[in-house]
Amino acid sequence: MTAAALDGAGPATSARRPRHPGGLTPASGLGLGVALVWFSLLVLLPLAAVAATTAEGGWGGFWRAVTNEQTAAAIRLTVTQALLVTAVDVVMGTLVAWVLVRDSFPGKRLLELLIDIPFALPTIVAGLVLLSLYGPDGPLGVDVTNRRPAVFLALLFVTTPFVVRTVQPVLAELDPEAEEAAASLGAGRLTIFRRIVLPAITPAIAAGAALAFARGMGEYGSLVLLSGNLPFRTEVASVRILASIESDDLPAAASVATVLLVVSLAVIAAIDLLQRRMVRRG
Amino acid sequence: MEIPVRRMRGLVAAALLVAAACGSGASGDEGRTLNIVGFAVPEAANRAIAEEWAKTPEGEGVRFETSYGASGDQSRAVVNGLEADYVHFSVTSDVLRLVDAGLVAEDWDDGPTKGVVSSSIVVFAVRPGNPEGIEDWDDLLRPGIEIVTPNPASSGAARWNALAAWGQVIASGGTEAEAEEYVRALFDHVVSLPGSGRDATTAFLNGTGDVLLAYENEAILARQNGEELDYVIPDTTMLIENPGAVLIDADPIAEDWLEFVLSEEGQRQFALHGFRPVVDGVEVERVEGAADPTDPYPEVERLLTVEDDFGSWEELSEKFFDGEDAVIARIIAESGKAG
Repeated sequence: MTAAALDGAGPATSARRPRHPGGLTPASGLGLGVALVWFSLLVLLPLAAVAATTAEGGWGGFWRAVTNEQTAAAIRLTVTQALLVTAVDVVMGTLVAWVLVRDSFPGKRLLELLIDIPFALPTIVAGLVLLSLYGPDGPLGVDVTNRRPAVFLALLFVTTPFVVRTVQPVLAELDPEAEEAAASLGAGRLTIFRRIVLPAITPAIAAGAALAFARGMGEYGSLVLLSGNLPFRTEVASVRILASIESDDLPAAASVATVLLVVSLAVIAAIDLLQRRMVRRG
Repeated sequence: MEIPVRRMRGLVAAALLVAAACGSGASGDEGRTLNIVGFAVPEAANRAIAEEWAKTPEGEGVRFETSYGASGDQSRAVVNGLEADYVHFSVTSDVLRLVDAGLVAEDWDDGPTKGVVSSSIVVFAVRPGNPEGIEDWDDLLRPGIEIVTPNPASSGAARWNALAAWGQVIASGGTEAEAEEYVRALFDHVVSLPGSGRDATTAFLNGTGDVLLAYENEAILARQNGEELDYVIPDTTMLIENPGAVLIDADPIAEDWLEFVLSEEGQRQFALHGFRPVVDGVEVERVEGAADPTDPYPEVERLLTVEDDFGSWEELSEKFFDGEDAVIARIIAESGKAG
């Protein structure tokens, strides 16, 4: 749902802006006003509060908080795992979306419903399910708990739907005639995918990747039971934030949060840049 | 679609409010409300105490608004305006936060139990039948023993475990250096540091580790709920003291409630739910889930307390957990690097 909403909002605003460079019609002015107020209340104000709390500790406090060896290790782990998971999501998510759109098979509708489960499941329940499946007593005989793969697995579980759900509608809208034309001109399947399909779905993949990455950076609930929170090994940044809150050091907690936000922003911007370049080239 | 549904919900809520207002108006001013904010574990015990209290003249007709959650979160919520008449936390520092905020009187711990309303001890939860033969602190350091304990950094209550490990070395005549060595060795055996006591129990019950550092009341509660674990009381262990306090602006009935909580009847309910009574003369015949239900709370050979063995919460928080060079926080960090 989130993905669909974001997807819908993006093109609409960017398409409208150049057409009304100066003035706004009353209706669109009202719309813009409502959108800005809504966005401010829900997003900008909380972000400003995080920044303000960070500032309370001063530059020295910020630096001490984020260069603390244990915290820095947690941030590194979080960023690398989120990137890894995003990469896997991009490939597997696109594949799943492709299968859902282009193939028909028994149980397809059911699969479509199940894809969204990671969104709906409270994350602590997700953690519990993963623990009972991939834990020491799990029926599969695989025990990932308290090791790095646990972090990867939990993030993978909660981020799986993002790319699927952003790519799927775009793929469904794609006109098969272009592909058929290319095929009749002798293009191979790979070429068709690379030259025709991929450019069309790249923005959607990028949007899904950005969502998945951002989600991975902040994940907590599904991890805590599975990863063991071992310092330098499986402890993620959100656990460090919680520890700072528990010892009443809010500026330190906000400092780590600020780093996470800045990194997320940078990565999302990079994904967007990459996507634009690929679309232009394709 | 969205708006009509919401509007309807609003209408229903309003109607309910009106009905509630009429209801309380009709029954005179008996409908007093007591807001309880507490940590999650004693919820069932508090509910049982409330039922008993309702049978007394003071408690008759009092309504309860309760909120239970992680102790630190609950304490911060009260500072940030969550309405509370009576609070019940897992560690003293969570009440001290309210004292600092001017919400609880400075002399909150002057009573006969020094502010403590429920207590327990640190125990070792083990697999059914205790296959590893864990009896005492030294057994935890045997090669191959895997330990689960909640994370002292993120769970205030988990700090009791670390204190117990440290204190038992000192109590048997060890030096601070030896205590540090023991705690370091202990954390080398720790395979998981879940965020809270409840998460740690869940991880343990799902097969992680051989030993769970737990509280007696948690172990008894888990067994009452049919979970498969045994627990062992070491010869030397830590007395866990959960503080309760009435807020300065509380409804006066909160004082009556606190008095009842500390009465024999109130403490009897705690005992039935796994907590050790904080007053003498509490009779319980049988506590389901206890290792020995007919002798649920055997005396501990050497019981460490914050007051006798660690001075005060302020001192020990600084020294062990929150300070610049806090010993236990440092040991945990180093244990991760070594591995």
